[in-house]
Amino acid sequence: MALVNPDFVEEVKRSGRFDASACMNCGVCSAVCPMGIELLPRKLFRYVLLGVKDRVLENVETIYSCLLCRLCEVNCPAQVHIAENVRFLRCYMNKKVFKI
Amino acid sequence: MPLPIGDTVGILADNLRIRKSVLPVPDKSASAWARGLGLTRGGETILYTGRMYQLIPYIEALNKVQEKIEDSWIADFVKVGRVINRFINVAGLLAVPSRNMQESCGRILVNIARLLRRAGVEFGYLYEEDLYSGALVYDLGVDDVLEAHARRVMDVFKKYRVKKVITVDPHTTHMLRSVYPNLIKGYDLQVKSYLEVLVERDLKPRKELRLEAVVHDSCLYARQENVLQEQRTLLDKAGIDLREPVDSGKFTFCCGGPAESLFPRKAKENAKKRVDQIKKVSFRAVTMCPICLVNLQKAAGGEIQVEDISSYLVQAYCGG
Ligand code: SF4
Ligand code: SF4
Repeated sequence: MALVNPDFVEEVKRSGRFDASACMNCGVCSAVCPMGIELLPRKLFRYVLLGVKDRVLENVETIYSCLLCRLCEVNCPAQVHIAENVRFLRCYMNKKVFKI
Repeated sequence: MPLPIGDTVGILADNLRIRKSVLPVPDKSASAWARGLGLTRGGETILYTGRMYQLIPYIEALNKVQEKIEDSWIADFVKVGRVINRFINVAGLLAVPSRNMQESCGRILVNIARLLRRAGVEFGYLYEEDLYSGALVYDLGVDDVLEAHARRVMDVFKKYRVKKVITVDPHTTHMLRSVYPNLIKGYDLQVKSYLEVLVERDLKPRKELRLEAVVHDSCLYARQENVLQEQRTLLDKAGIDLREPVDSGKFTFCCGGPAESLFPRKAKENAKKRVDQIKKVSFRAVTMCPICLVNLQKAAGGEIQVEDISSYLVQAYCGG
């Protein structure tokens, strides 16, 4: 069972660097992604916004597999800053999980 | 097991922090390409390589090792590697670059310098102080290490009173033009890619090339830095009949290279998809980024010819 973690939501908000709230879950990003990443940003970003930290941590490989190529971003109808959000998640992982 | 993400990122970031580069490119070999060109040291306008082309042979060598390690039990030892790396340069021991590749990457930089001279641009070079921009560490999201490094790069620019920077690849252009301004207070450098500078100068070709080729746009140039027309203008004037692959221009398809440091296999699969797109249009592809160049070349395995744009430009505009 996935638990919502309010501290995680707070932490993300405080950073002021994560914003995927405009995402409409249309799926364009997944359809064009050259890496075939189905999870990003549709589901994974939603997990972040909802504070389901465990799910975010389960998907480290996805977070680091993104090419930051922004093909999804230029096609996104809601103009979500997908690459910057992915970079935020990497920064988070590096600091909090990998202690870099 | 896949390469351990945290430890691999850690090694690359530690290297940038301790050794000023993600991989060990000795200062002497990084600036060797400029030997004999008589470029002045520093100056108001400089050609900044950001060591990207020089890094390629080292990335290549290390990736060969990584590809073998990926999915094998040895991957676990990368953890130990990170600790050792703080004292001994682990990548330096593993990444033995091929001389051939070093020479061909150096030749690209010579081509670029020749083109700029032919366009009448006066520029200097920082030689061993021409530092890496930190592009990979930025992508991997190690922002503190990146910030400290960016300040180091800026200190060198300040020391030589640099005002204008001419860049040679999309990653460095992006770092200096779009990332550094958010990291450095009062940032006021003017940054242009050499392709933009050449077009501005309205350089005229000396020779018509009469061949056809596909343009493989770099994601960063196309989607971030708005360098889209310059390469086409220059190639077109050089007499090259330009073809476009199915995903092109602003919607270009990534070469897969950015995944290489952590997932070599995925990077290769992606590059193969791009090679297939290119193959359908022409057997000759033109790249403008060292990462695209090496990734597509590797994935093509000789099926198509992949070359850096500067090789064609130097033939047409400098007459060979
Ligand atoms: S394309 Fe944009 S709006 Fe659509 S799912 Fe992806 S991020 Fe959300
Ligand atoms: S930026 Fe990442 S998620 Fe978007 S298309 Fe490229 S690889 Fe896929």
